[in-house]
Amino acid sequence: MKVIEISCLEVWREISNYLDGEVDAELRSRMEAHFKTCAHCKAVLDGTRNVVRLVGDGIEYQVPEGFSKRLYDKIKNK
Amino acid sequence: MSTPKLNLDTSEAELIERVCQGDKEAFYCLVQPCERGVFTAAMSILNNAHDAEEVAQEAVLKAFTALPRFRGESKFSTWLIQITINEARLKLRKDRRHLYESIDEQQTDEEGEYFPKDFADWREIPSEQLQRTELRSALKRALDSLPPKYREVLILRDVQHLSIEETARVLSITEGSVKTRLVRARLQMRDALTPGVDGSWSCGKREFEKVRPW
Repeated sequence: MKVIEISCLEVWREISNYLDGEVDAELRSRMEAHFKTCAHCKAVLDGTRNVVRLVGDGIEYQVPEGFSKRLYDKIKNK
Repeated sequence: MSTPKLNLDTSEAELIERVCQGDKEAFYCLVQPCERGVFTAAMSILNNAHDAEEVAQEAVLKAFTALPRFRGESKFSTWLIQITINEARLKLRKDRRHLYESIDEQQTDEEGEYFPKDFADWREIPSEQLQRTELRSALKRALDSLPPKYREVLILRDVQHLSIEETARVLSITEGSVKTRLVRARLQMRDALTPGVDGSWSCGKREFEKVRPW
């Protein structure tokens, strides 16, 4: 079956949905065919995947020291 | 005094039942697994740890009062995060610190496209690089530089791992808007974080066009 080509612009618009598994099978194969031939879009894909992986550990959003205890006290004193 | 420990055999419904009869310790057990989520949700809007803690506490107390009205249409954690988001927005309005970041603007989506700014290759980050201070501070700067409505979605989806549906619910926006904002947030983060020509994150140089190995 011939895969219909897709533009870079369409790829960027869908790149996040692609990473989340939110594109249908037909769009997925068009995008995959595009990534094989377009180094720019492949670079955008790899970088975007890295962003998701990097922020995913949540290190930037640790609760402050003593947060639990202060919250518990608030509830107790309610 | 130590905080009570959650008995894993106690179901959410049972805990809710006990809270409705006035058991505050049961309420803490219910809230404790969500506390990081609550704090992070508040941070996604306020971007300030002190304000986020204050709002997290207010949201939790509000949830305590409102719990008899919780109908279980979503998970308790989602409901609590939704309350937190609303409290955080309320605080932003009250503080009037963000006069130029209109809250109303958050209800609409501008439809312009976001184009990646460069195409430098950025292969998989070696695990040993992940904790590098330079990388972590570049990440923090990139998060801070995101417009709030994109940061909220990115944090809820990629830090807290809420589903698209849950993210839409807690932010009171459509699933389509979640997806639109998420792609912009991720692409902007990528642009802000793509390593410079020397593979360093500190220079913020933009003159690279070549596809480079790591």
